[in-house]
Amino acid sequence: MSLGPMPQHLVSIGDLSAEGIVEVLEVAESFAEVERRAMKKVPTLKGKVVATVFFEESTRTRLSFETAAKRLSADVLSLSVASSSVKKGESLRDTVQTIEAMGIDLLIMRHGSSGAPLQASRWTEHAQVVNAGDGWHEHPSQGLLDCFTVRQAWAEQRSMAAAGTGATLFEGKQVLIVGDLAHSRVARSEVLAYTALGAEVTLAAPRTLLPANLDHWPVQVAEDFEEALGRADVVSVLRLQAERGSGECVPNLREFTSTFGLTEERMDRLKPGALVTHPGPMVRGVEISSRVADDPRCLVTTQVHNGVAVRMAILYLLLAGPRLEAAAIGQFAGAAA
Amino acid sequence: MNAPFGAFEHPVVVAGGQVLTERGLERLDLVVHQGIVVELGASVDHPAGATVLDASGALVGPSFVDLHTHLREPGREQAETIETGTRAAALGGYGAVVAMPNTEPTMDTAAVVHMVLERGRNAPCEVAAAGAITVGRLGAQLAPMAELAALGVELFTDDGTGVQDGGVARRAMDYCRGLGVTYAEHCEDLAIAHGGCVHEGAWSALLGLPGQPAAAEEAMVARDLLLAATTGARLHLLHLSTAGSVELVRQAKARGVAVTAEVAPHHLSLTDASLKGYDPCFKVNPPLRPAEHLEALLDGLNDGTIDAVATDHAPHTPELKDLPFDQAPPGMLGLETAASITYEQLVAGRGATIERFFEVMATQPAKIARLDGTGARPFGHSVHGQRVAVGTTANLVVFDPEVRWTLEVDQLASKATNSPFSGARLVGKVRHCLLRGEPVVTDARSTR
Ligand SMILES: [Zn+2]
Repeated sequence: MSLGPMPQHLVSIGDLSAEGIVEVLEVAESFAEVERRAMKKVPTLKGKVVATVFFEESTRTRLSFETAAKRLSADVLSLSVASSSVKKGESLRDTVQTIEAMGIDLLIMRHGSSGAPLQASRWTEHAQVVNAGDGWHEHPSQGLLDCFTVRQAWAEQRSMAAAGTGATLFEGKQVLIVGDLAHSRVARSEVLAYTALGAEVTLAAPRTLLPANLDHWPVQVAEDFEEALGRADVVSVLRLQAERGSGECVPNLREFTSTFGLTEERMDRLKPGALVTHPGPMVRGVEISSRVADDPRCLVTTQVHNGVAVRMAILYLLLAGPRLEAAAIGQFAGAAA
Repeated sequence: MNAPFGAFEHPVVVAGGQVLTERGLERLDLVVHQGIVVELGASVDHPAGATVLDASGALVGPSFVDLHTHLREPGREQAETIETGTRAAALGGYGAVVAMPNTEPTMDTAAVVHMVLERGRNAPCEVAAAGAITVGRLGAQLAPMAELAALGVELFTDDGTGVQDGGVARRAMDYCRGLGVTYAEHCEDLAIAHGGCVHEGAWSALLGLPGQPAAAEEAMVARDLLLAATTGARLHLLHLSTAGSVELVRQAKARGVAVTAEVAPHHLSLTDASLKGYDPCFKVNPPLRPAEHLEALLDGLNDGTIDAVATDHAPHTPELKDLPFDQAPPGMLGLETAASITYEQLVAGRGATIERFFEVMATQPAKIARLDGTGARPFGHSVHGQRVAVGTTANLVVFDPEVRWTLEVDQLASKATNSPFSGARLVGKVRHCLLRGEPVVTDARSTR
């Protein structure tokens, strides 16, 4: 397998080219293959140390990354900063540099503040940084696994293998992202990933839950949500981020559900073959009805499952790219001498 | 003519510069003695023992006056002290600074204001004080403004925040008018700003940072202009940052409202695109805005709508700038870069005259702070902002508009390093600075 050039850090989907995104999807397909074996572990990252550093708790994302790292045989350090001595106000730089001093190769970071992983990437000497979600900014691995999941579903609909299809299945597809876009890190990563792959993205939300300025977003805003549903190939439903202050952006949850929730009636508007994704955790009865959540067109459990393979691909591409090869050559040379 | 309090005894000659006099810029030499300009001419006799300062290729004018300096003492001496802040000010060409009252404790009592003025007495740059409008800057109970005014305080502000309650603002303006002092506002309607730490626009949307719209500033500018018209108080608007604010002030001035306004150098030179890397050194309040605001501010400064450049020098320790962007405190250093940035943007970039440069850096701020000789001066502040003439106080700056230099933050006199211009190539620098005739800065070095 040829490896395209990968960035040093993965903070934003924008750090990857379109080819880079495809590379992640293709490599993830081969790791998904590994997952289907009885022996799920490969020795690819033996000797590498990966740390998950979560300043904000998210059990599922952390577990997904840690499972991915372990399946690649990396050593995993799990630092729960949210519950440790680090309090708001302690220098982020100190925390990051202390963690790096433990000899880690890659730092997987979740932080409640937008930009914190980018700042961290400037403060590490060697350690690479993967953003596992920062504030309202981005959640690149989620965006990638959403693309991976729908590509697989589209391939399956055509009874073909997703592997090797590159970005072709995304050409001209309509992606409708609905819900709390202003406070969603998933939204920014999805917009960048889907548009890079050639899909068209439309946003639907009450005006209070859209970013105030969309000048540089390669998206359209739906004037009529019901009509946009009828055109969508994928509906990405986002959670109402009540803890990030979006509660005050809508009059009440009932009105939000009645205007922008994915209800059963709205599911009837979808065209045949259309898919629904949700980054989880779902709030059933608010942004998505319980029946819709359990509908076979809703891929939420597949997304969770695919998270591991996609994160394996991310870790593998960042850690086992040309940098690792150079190091390995050095080791052999050392052994010979 | 009497020597000003604390005047330097030895004679000084400033030779070879373009000197700003009442007639404009002239190639003149000057002799300073006992803190006064005693001789001015194409060539002058050098008194015995005189220090001779070379001003060739440079501009000689009144040293600058900063209406907006956070000296951080008392309370946050890890970031700056009156000693380090005034040294930075002198290096930046300032002869006087107005210390902002958001210290800990707040400058809302005579005791704290007295302490700040006392500590600034022998500094290389004179320290005037602004007092708080309300106790603890909490926006409720009026501070004892008459007691502070008795110490020579001319400007009152709750800077760091605006007075949110319009009823309190109105009462404070009435009270200020009675005392003959100026009400100064940090214009930010906190309800509209809603916790936004950057300008609400394309960049806040891309970066996922909570933004505050320009309207958060403009709403309070509009309110205060109406209240100033209602009360007849003198109003000074701090660090204006939006095109809408400039337009509101322009209209109010046309109606005859007694308003003055200032703008900070960073709002004349940086846009919100600088936020791209989430570097907290670019976090400031009011926030950096898109280019159209920057253009409107430069227009306003050039046409007289905005009266003065003020630094909003706000030192913070490196620890606080190593926090995540949304948790880091807002504020930037400004004293040692203000003249370079302003000259480059206003004169080189906008074609404003050198006279206008000295107006906005020295004459107008001296007038607004009443450091132009009209205010009461119980702490012996000298007269600032005057064009050079025989008999004027020798508060002088020698500014070289051509010299190119790179800003190394660890070489700043300020204790802190949070300059947004770290590593930037700048044009124009203060070469010498005289305070009451004493060369406190020579060849861009502090003599203290
Ligand atoms: Zn302020």
